[in-house]
Amino acid sequence: MQTEILEIALFTTAAALAATVIMLPPGIALAWVLARHRFRGKAVVETLASLPLVMPPVATGLLLLWLVGRRGPVGRLLAPFGIEIVFTPVAVVLAMAIMGLPLLVRTARAGFEQVTKRYEQMAETLGARPWRVFTTVTLPLASRNILAGALLGFTRALGEFGATIVVAGSIPGRTRTLAVGIYTYTETGQDARAAALLVVSVTLAFGAALIANRLARVD
Amino acid sequence: MALETTPGGEPPRFELRFSLTQGAFTVAPDLEIAARAVALFGPSGSGKTSILEAIAGLRRPQRGRIALRGRVLCDTATHINVPVRDRHVGYVPQDVLLFPHLDVKKNITYARRRLRQGSGAQANPPGMDMPDLDHLLGLTTLMDRKVAGLSGGERQRVALARALYSGPDVLLLDEPLAAVDLARRRLILDTLVAIRDDLQVPLVYVTHSPDEARAIADYAIVLDEGKVVAAGKPQDVLP
Repeated sequence: MQTEILEIALFTTAAALAATVIMLPPGIALAWVLARHRFRGKAVVETLASLPLVMPPVATGLLLLWLVGRRGPVGRLLAPFGIEIVFTPVAVVLAMAIMGLPLLVRTARAGFEQVTKRYEQMAETLGARPWRVFTTVTLPLASRNILAGALLGFTRALGEFGATIVVAGSIPGRTRTLAVGIYTYTETGQDARAAALLVVSVTLAFGAALIANRLARVD
Repeated sequence: MALETTPGGEPPRFELRFSLTQGAFTVAPDLEIAARAVALFGPSGSGKTSILEAIAGLRRPQRGRIALRGRVLCDTATHINVPVRDRHVGYVPQDVLLFPHLDVKKNITYARRRLRQGSGAQANPPGMDMPDLDHLLGLTTLMDRKVAGLSGGERQRVALARALYSGPDVLLLDEPLAAVDLARRRLILDTLVAIRDDLQVPLVYVTHSPDEARAIADYAIVLDEGKVVAAGKPQDVLP
């Protein structure tokens, strides 16, 4: 039983980490665009970016299933290469990333909004091109919030259930995560296993939330 | 202060003919100046900072022309608007804006362009190398300090160094002595004179102190509510 629990804990952590890494580039880009630019349809982009936060996770999962399923618009493109996503670990990571993204975007956006534009202007007067201004001034000054957002996204990914179970299922040793495991074990009367996963779950979430809150605090 | 004897030939030329409107406020200088240090003098809200920011490219005039040492930075008639990063201006705003996440050394060396020997339109005496600049500004003991712990005078010196390390064609200074205690003002003022005369970097100096303007500038522009009410030799136009 112990190796099984350990396996699930490690897989969930690894998948959540992978999801965090995947969501960082689009999350940071989206947060920056929303914080610093006005454009047509911004409200739509804003709403879309927070949709996974307000939609029932199961509905998000179903949407994903439809998108990446064998007959879905994305799944059909991947099928000729023999790539299948549904009910694989990739589906777990994908579901986690989609569900974590809104938290990252919100927190990072607040960070970018706090960066005084005049620091960026100073960098410009010193000859810095836009990319250098972004990487040496904007990003470091927003880094606390970005890190806090990444951690929030990570914790969200750790606890992901609804979207995961729809798009990845609960295959032992393949797609079973902490949250899905707890559900499956409870359903099948394996209470000791469920309790063990619960302890792991609480410990991981507590640690991550503690660090995230500490980072988000303004000092 | 007589400056005719400073080395380096002709004083650099500034062309400031533009109109910049923000809301109900308009600043519209119409001047061509030859000077080593120009003082922008006037009460708060008279448009001094707006002129600095227009030269730096941080504000865009609705029409007109800005040229420095024969280089056009902005000309609405010919649609020239040199990007901020290519203007080669060293800007030290009133709140100095040192990068809070970098230490003193990284702040100072942020600009990759180094102080160019013989930059600008005129021939310079042999340029100073960096240790001299650090010594001039008294920076050698500050290098590894955090920006947050610096005093007003130290911040000002670091900001000056950061601007100078970019090898600017002109140094734009917004009330550089405002946050400096009285005892240190003389020191900074002497440093600015050395920058003007030894490094041959022309200055545009915003102040509301006629004494400062007289001490540093060989040309003064008196502003009130965006209008140039007087311009000429400091001893002639300053109160």
